[in-house]
Amino acid sequence: MELVTPGIGLIFWQTVTFIIVLFLLSKFAWKPIMNALHERETSIENALSAAEKAKLEMQGLKAENEKLLAEARMERDKILKEASDAGNALVETARQKANEEGSRMIAQARESIENEKRAAITEVKNMAAALSVDIAERILRKELSNPQAQQELAKDYINEVTLN
Amino acid sequence: MKKLFILLFSFLTITASAEAPVEGGEFKPGDMITHHIADDYNWHFADGVTLYLPVILIDNGTPKVFSSSNFYDENHELVPYEGYMVSHGHIYRADANGQPAADQSSLIDISITKNVASLFLSVALLFAVFFTIAGSYKKNNGKAPRGIQSFFEPIIIFIRDEIAKANIGPKYERYMPYLLTVFFFIWFNNLLGLMPGGANLTGNIAVTLVLATLTLLITVFSGNKNYWKHIFATPGVPVWLAPIMIPVELIGIITKPFSLMVRLFANITAGHIIILSLFSLIFIFQSIAVGPLSVAFATFMNFLELFVALLQAYIFTLLSAMYFGGAVEEHDHVGDHGHGDGAHH
Repeated sequence: MELVTPGIGLIFWQTVTFIIVLFLLSKFAWKPIMNALHERETSIENALSAAEKAKLEMQGLKAENEKLLAEARMERDKILKEASDAGNALVETARQKANEEGSRMIAQARESIENEKRAAITEVKNMAAALSVDIAERILRKELSNPQAQQELAKDYINEVTLN
Repeated sequence: MKKLFILLFSFLTITASAEAPVEGGEFKPGDMITHHIADDYNWHFADGVTLYLPVILIDNGTPKVFSSSNFYDENHELVPYEGYMVSHGHIYRADANGQPAADQSSLIDISITKNVASLFLSVALLFAVFFTIAGSYKKNNGKAPRGIQSFFEPIIIFIRDEIAKANIGPKYERYMPYLLTVFFFIWFNNLLGLMPGGANLTGNIAVTLVLATLTLLITVFSGNKNYWKHIFATPGVPVWLAPIMIPVELIGIITKPFSLMVRLFANITAGHIIILSLFSLIFIFQSIAVGPLSVAFATFMNFLELFVALLQAYIFTLLSAMYFGGAVEEHDHVGDHGHGDGAHH
């Protein structure tokens, strides 16, 4: 029974001492300790979130870089394609032009050949005519040396003329 | 730190002589154990090393202060002094025959007993440790803890996160000073009690009574509307049950801290009794052969008590936090009333 009977003296000292301890420790130990802990935790948290943010930013930057790179690549491909297209077109045009020129030249040549041919034929014709006339003159000159033949010819002409 | 350990072990070597029967004659283990766990007017460290503590009496409003050595003669026998005498660990008014007088009214004994001295010692230790730590926090502000600071910081954070935050909720900060103080007070005193020659302060019901009363007062004064509503109009309980429920709930207010008081007192006192009983075996059997066994068991018990010292401090703090948590809990959900509310009894 002695053991479980609280003594007045100890209750008194325990109450007084404990309340003083509670007050002093709260004011001079727990408050600065808790504040310091809180501050440190906040600063660590901030640092961590800043690092996270920086990481995200880096990722964003990287993605952007990749996008830029991809765009540049696309641009390069486009330019290359355009250049090659242009080259092809140029070659095509040149070929076409050359073809045309060729055809034109061929046509021209053909035309001039035709002209030449025609001129040559005309000349041959003229020459043949002149020759024929010449031959005819010579024949006539020989034929019409007798007067009878001259009359007969005149007669023929007159026959032809009277019909008109 | 090393020095501290050496000091501690040098004390341990004294243990054996401290536990030995000093009075001579037949060895009574019961008396020896009671003597060790009870309060006293002097502090008996070892044979011949006794610190006589001041006696403070308030007799009919008149304070009287004198040394407790006045109650002992040269043979270490109790004698009356100035009309007062010590009997069975208490101071009484003595009559002419050296017996406790019939009239003991308005004699208040607030002597600095062994337990009070131990209390002061623990307080000095608490101040020394935690003011040093607070200083370290100011000095290495924002930096990693070092030295003694890094030993206590995890404990402080554990109390904050696992005990206060987990059980009280968002309003935990208000209760942190009390929880930290009570935890370290109990822990330090439990450990001091394990020191050879140490007082059994946390195993004294007066001390646990004061601590439990403080928890009770804080709980009652921080009780919000829900807390009181829960007591006087328990949700979901029919009105006709109120004559039973209200007394039950009111008794519940008292039994919670009562269990705190008894738990701490009983655990610490029991530990002391077991260790002392194991040592008593040597003297009961009067054989050296029992010695090693006794010492082995007592060593094991001492380690167990080191753990119990921490565990009891933790349990007291945890349960206090739970009671505070119950007092400040907010019931946001209207639908919650009537079911699921019984969980925190």
